[in-house]
Amino acid sequence: MAVDRTMEYVIEVEGLRTQFGDNIIHDNLDLAVRRNEILGVVGGSGTGKSVLMRAIIGLKRPSAGTVRIFGEDFYAKTQQEQIETERRWGVMFQGGALFSSLTVAQNVMAPIREHLKLPHELAADIAAMKISMSGLPPDAGAKYPSELSGGMNKRAGLARALALDPEIVFLDEPTAGLDPIGAENFDRLIVNLKNSLGLTVFMVTHDLDTLHATCDRVAVLAEKRVIAIGTLDEVRRSDHPWIQEYFSGPRGRAALTAKGYDTRPPAEKG
Amino acid sequence: MRPAAYTTDLKGGILRLVASGDWVARHLGPIDGDLRAFEDDTVGRDLLIDISGVDRLDTAGAMVFERIIAACGRRTARSGIIGASDAHQLVLDNVRPHINPCEVEPAARNAFVMMVNRLGRGVLEGYYTAVEVLNFIGLTLSTFVRVMRDPKRLRMTSIVHHMEEAGIDAMPIVGLMSFLIGAVVAFMGAKILRLFNAEVFTVELVGISVLREFGVLLSAILVAGRSGSAFTAAIGTMKIREEIDALRALGLDPIEVLVLPRTIALIIFMPILAFMAAVLGVIGGGVVAATAMEISPAFFVGRLQDTIALSNFWVGLIKAPFFAFVIAVIGCYQGMEVAGSSESLGQRTTLSVVQSLFVVIILDAFFAMFFLEIDY
Repeated sequence: MAVDRTMEYVIEVEGLRTQFGDNIIHDNLDLAVRRNEILGVVGGSGTGKSVLMRAIIGLKRPSAGTVRIFGEDFYAKTQQEQIETERRWGVMFQGGALFSSLTVAQNVMAPIREHLKLPHELAADIAAMKISMSGLPPDAGAKYPSELSGGMNKRAGLARALALDPEIVFLDEPTAGLDPIGAENFDRLIVNLKNSLGLTVFMVTHDLDTLHATCDRVAVLAEKRVIAIGTLDEVRRSDHPWIQEYFSGPRGRAALTAKGYDTRPPAEKG
Repeated sequence: MRPAAYTTDLKGGILRLVASGDWVARHLGPIDGDLRAFEDDTVGRDLLIDISGVDRLDTAGAMVFERIIAACGRRTARSGIIGASDAHQLVLDNVRPHINPCEVEPAARNAFVMMVNRLGRGVLEGYYTAVEVLNFIGLTLSTFVRVMRDPKRLRMTSIVHHMEEAGIDAMPIVGLMSFLIGAVVAFMGAKILRLFNAEVFTVELVGISVLREFGVLLSAILVAGRSGSAFTAAIGTMKIREEIDALRALGLDPIEVLVLPRTIALIIFMPILAFMAAVLGVIGGGVVAATAMEISPAFFVGRLQDTIALSNFWVGLIKAPFFAFVIAVIGCYQGMEVAGSSESLGQRTTLSVVQSLFVVIILDAFFAMFFLEIDY
């Protein structure tokens, strides 16, 4: 895939190899994420979508290759420089990963308190704003994560990810486990935030509807690397069997038809 | 990069706030207090906020401007935010609908009421737990009777597995502990008894205390900490992952599959542990007697045989299966009580150890009174 140098890339992964023991998850994987786009990463179970995310955000050190964030090699940085970079992104983990001993508002305030020396009142105001932005009602702030539903936990996780006005937001399966209405609301929320706050979004997902509703580009993970990346239409034209099965299976077709796509397999188009 | 700064003036009845610098979260700390004081002055007045001098603006900075406007309470032609660049206007527009403070912590209630509340809850919970544990003991016993009518249903593989895990694996630590306790008792005893020129009574001291109490009690304490908690954790994890429900749905009885093998394994192995602990405790005492005092091993053993009634040994050993039973049942009961979160798993594991130790020591006290009464 030709890399267009005129675009600004905020994440560039080159020649990435990650492994657990002898089990190689990614080998020679390349991926680039443009500023202010929503990139959806799809792939079958066990293809290492979440591992890729963890490798980019510094939770899983790759055994080879480079990860450049904002043009700088993340793993070559000192710990202090890494923390500086980490402040510029927000991560929402699959289940929200809220600290269970803190209320939602305290969860959102946690990164603010740790990284910025702000008075309590101001931090609380900022937290309230982020909670509202994530689509939670104001009374959710004083509740503990165990008192909230799964969907609300995810929203609270997003509020915490947004706490420091990040430039990149990483979302791990944002709509998994949500009911269709909740998932649709979440999709809309992500697109809104991307447009209004100028976010770059790196999203790992299984959800075809989310893919269609939100993503500017889609990257497909298979065979330990990115086998296709581009807009949904471009990716669908690939003749890789997994991609064909994914988009042309009954679920893929249903989701595409609903969005007004032509769902005949490309081969039949002549 | 210039930190956020502002000036205020009052011209023709209109308050003006002129902002400059970078209005981003990290610069707002020092000026937030003053801005809040300023907010209070704006109520009911016309207020213009001029942000043409602002370089960078993030959501926190925008929130502060919007908060001041909201506090001022009127958005008229003569009040509002002016001088925003397109980019800044976008941020302001995004923030505006979200200026609604929320509570950070749940509202605190009257401390005295809360205290009484907790006390009452604690008493009730203690009562319910006691009833439920009794209930669970009955359930385990009746299941045992039912299974024994058809002994093929006893899960031997599982029993042997738990005997190894809870029993054999505990032997090194139990042995070492009781050896050391025997040695310490001998040491301390000898020191005091020497004052009365009665060092030889160290043999009785070690013999009676270790055989009757320490051997079995120490085994029970270590097993409660090692295996009782492990039972709770294992069964609790199964509960969280809905494996217990799956067992029930498959027509299997969790008490029969999970609780009975663990209980039987512990009942079989605890006397073995207690026996080993008693022997090693006495050896510990003997070693100290031989090295630190002039009591030869031969004399030690001889005096042990002459003066210590065998009943001491039996009293210790007979308690072991009872302790094993309560430890296993409480461990399994707490595991079955785990609900939902992994937090509850941690709480239940702690409770399991605390309760089984508590019950073991209560039981031990009852045994002591009982044997005293029957003069054994």
